[in-house]
Amino acid sequence: MKLKSLILGVAATALASAGTLTAVQAEELYVPSLSYRTGPFAGGGIPFANGFADYLNMLNERDGGIGGIKIKVEECETGYNAQKGVECYEATKGKGALVYNPLSTGITLQLIPKAPVDKIPVLSMGYGLSAAGVGEKFPYTFTYPTGYWSQMSSILKYIDANGGLKGKKIGFIYLDAGYGREPIPLLEQLAPKLGFEWVGFPVAGKDMQNQGSQWLNVRKERPDWMIMWGWGAMNATAVKEAKKIRFPLDKFIGNWWSGAHADLDSVGDAGKGYLAANFSGIGMGFPALQDVKKHVVDAGKSQSDPDKVGDVLYNRGLFNAVIVAEAIAAAQKLTGKKNITGEDMRAGLEAFDLSDARLKELGLEGFTGAVKGSCKDHEGGGSVFIQQWNGNDWERVTDLIAPMTDIVGPLLEDAAAKYVSDKPDWKSQTCG
Amino acid sequence: MFYREAGQFKTNYRDDQAIFPILQDRIGLGIIIAFAFIGVPLLANDFWMNSIMIPFLIWALAAVGLNILTGYSGQLSLGTGAFMGVGAYACYKLVTIFPDVNIIIHFFISGFFAAGIGILFGLPSLRIKGLYLAITTLAAQFFLEWSFIRIPWLYNYNDSGAIDSTTPKLFGLPIDPASGDPVHRYLIVLSIVVFLTWIASNVIRGRIGRSWMMIRDMDIAAELMGIRPLYAKLSAFAMSSYYCGVAGAMMVFLWLGSAEVESFDINKSFLVLFMVIIGGLGSLIGCFMGAFFIFVLPIIMRALPGFFNLGINAATMEHVTSVLIGSLIIAFLILEPHGFARLWQITKEKLRNWPFPYG
Repeated sequence: MKLKSLILGVAATALASAGTLTAVQAEELYVPSLSYRTGPFAGGGIPFANGFADYLNMLNERDGGIGGIKIKVEECETGYNAQKGVECYEATKGKGALVYNPLSTGITLQLIPKAPVDKIPVLSMGYGLSAAGVGEKFPYTFTYPTGYWSQMSSILKYIDANGGLKGKKIGFIYLDAGYGREPIPLLEQLAPKLGFEWVGFPVAGKDMQNQGSQWLNVRKERPDWMIMWGWGAMNATAVKEAKKIRFPLDKFIGNWWSGAHADLDSVGDAGKGYLAANFSGIGMGFPALQDVKKHVVDAGKSQSDPDKVGDVLYNRGLFNAVIVAEAIAAAQKLTGKKNITGEDMRAGLEAFDLSDARLKELGLEGFTGAVKGSCKDHEGGGSVFIQQWNGNDWERVTDLIAPMTDIVGPLLEDAAAKYVSDKPDWKSQTCG
Repeated sequence: MFYREAGQFKTNYRDDQAIFPILQDRIGLGIIIAFAFIGVPLLANDFWMNSIMIPFLIWALAAVGLNILTGYSGQLSLGTGAFMGVGAYACYKLVTIFPDVNIIIHFFISGFFAAGIGILFGLPSLRIKGLYLAITTLAAQFFLEWSFIRIPWLYNYNDSGAIDSTTPKLFGLPIDPASGDPVHRYLIVLSIVVFLTWIASNVIRGRIGRSWMMIRDMDIAAELMGIRPLYAKLSAFAMSSYYCGVAGAMMVFLWLGSAEVESFDINKSFLVLFMVIIGGLGSLIGCFMGAFFIFVLPIIMRALPGFFNLGINAATMEHVTSVLIGSLIIAFLILEPHGFARLWQITKEKLRNWPFPYG
């Protein structure tokens, strides 16, 4: 009797929930968010996921979605693990996913070959495979606003402007994963061209908080500048170690994943002077962020801690959501449909144009540089600026620094051609 | 009542020595295999195929490999992940050097590379045992991981440092994880796993398998009775690594599509070891049960709230799943330290007597 009622009960709830499931899927823009709120990289994953979700929810609250259709953000936990990321992809792609933002180079590499087959674009915003920004070879991947190689060239430009690059020795400390190794081919090719010397210091994922030996080597090698491709707990440790060996912190530049509040808050005063690249504005001083605060955070609809809103990575996630939202709007305009598909989304991303005027309309004036995509250019030509840690907050210290497009562009083309070369059935596109 | 072999008389030695001497077992297995080959492709959707069935079978094969070494031969190994990696990288090199050869042949050949490396790192087993051996296999794990990063030849000097499946084809159909039909891939994986498990069950019952078990139970006695430890132990390492290698190759070419060194890290070794321990040391069916418990159950648990629209957020569910799986492991090991295989055996015994238990 008891068993029978239990089985009946379970069956009834299953039926009921199956009913609601179909009801929900009516008209909505479904955007899966592959987030990581657990694991060693959660410190970066949480604010990013919050910023991403909050902006899209703000559009729902303030404007009733995009083009009158609500956006549904569904999170799937990846733990920064490539296999779990693919699992999330498989679980969500059937629900009408418009675009994937994996926030992990490892997951991006897995999704790149799947994207053209399932016709769902991958937007790896400033991470992933740099060559994936070459539109002719990778029709379904986008690296707006700019890729790792371009960023590295911007950082080198900054160094060149602050004491010259020729004859200098550059130390490159990186997370020994797909992400950290990504800019090495560029360094190898640029070093002889620009006349500097570089030396790499890999940090294994499990040794992120134990970098003593790497920094001992740094002391031995005596580089003039240090550049870091770090993520998660690695960043804070590196800054502390640099301080310990008395490496001048204003000659130590992190990339845009190594310069968040989450990284430097624990270092505090000791990290004063440390530099990092960034492409999304810092702080709450933008009307769009005030809207997010008003409609989402203060209304209690955000998972974020209210005083973390406006942090570097929160704003980065928000910027990711801005790109998604703008591309959806562009796709709606292109197709005339309200309820778009992944393929329409791809066209929307290609037609993506975030001008300074449009940024102002969105309430994000000065938040970032203009980004404009095309069939050929899936990188968008964005720029980075350099920010500096003043002991308790980040301060922007430079204007936007454009990448060395003339040098990096052909290298990217070569890398893209190489990626495609051993895949006879690869779907590329020709641009008019 | 239903599960009783009364009346099944064996009239020759051949029948008596069959792998499944009981008729009901043969029927049951026949139904399971038929269901796996016909029922699952009809019922399962892409998510089930890509994220559950294919990886489940691949992990089960790796667990069979480790079980041969640890369960049947008593040699503790922590290098499973790396041996899978050897298979994967070997297969990648083979596919890029000989792109016209059938990919299935590459899978089977890449296993031999893993077997060779396995023998090399199995040599210390002639001198040391138990935890000490585990440490030398741990060395294999770290050394091989290092090689996968630092020897760029292994990944054809790719910028990303990853190996990726180069759209292999079988009978003109694409079977890579991106563009291939999941059903085709599933059937390939299933056929290979069934075939290799069948081979394993026969080897284990034969002369070689018996010598492994003798070595496991008491190596000095085995040596006195004429078993040569050199051959017995190294053949166990070879066969175990062969299985892991094939599993690794299939993992990249039929499941993940591309892999970095992180796909073969020490955690994978532990994962497979847990599968073997939870499933049952020295049991082939246990490998499948262990793979199900360790790999599939967490995925199903994570998917449940989404399926029922419970609105639990993803991160909370992740924590809940870890807690539940952890407590289940502890509970099962307290209830039955010999794993699921032993539970299954007890159930079988009970079923034979049911509904009139005696004794």
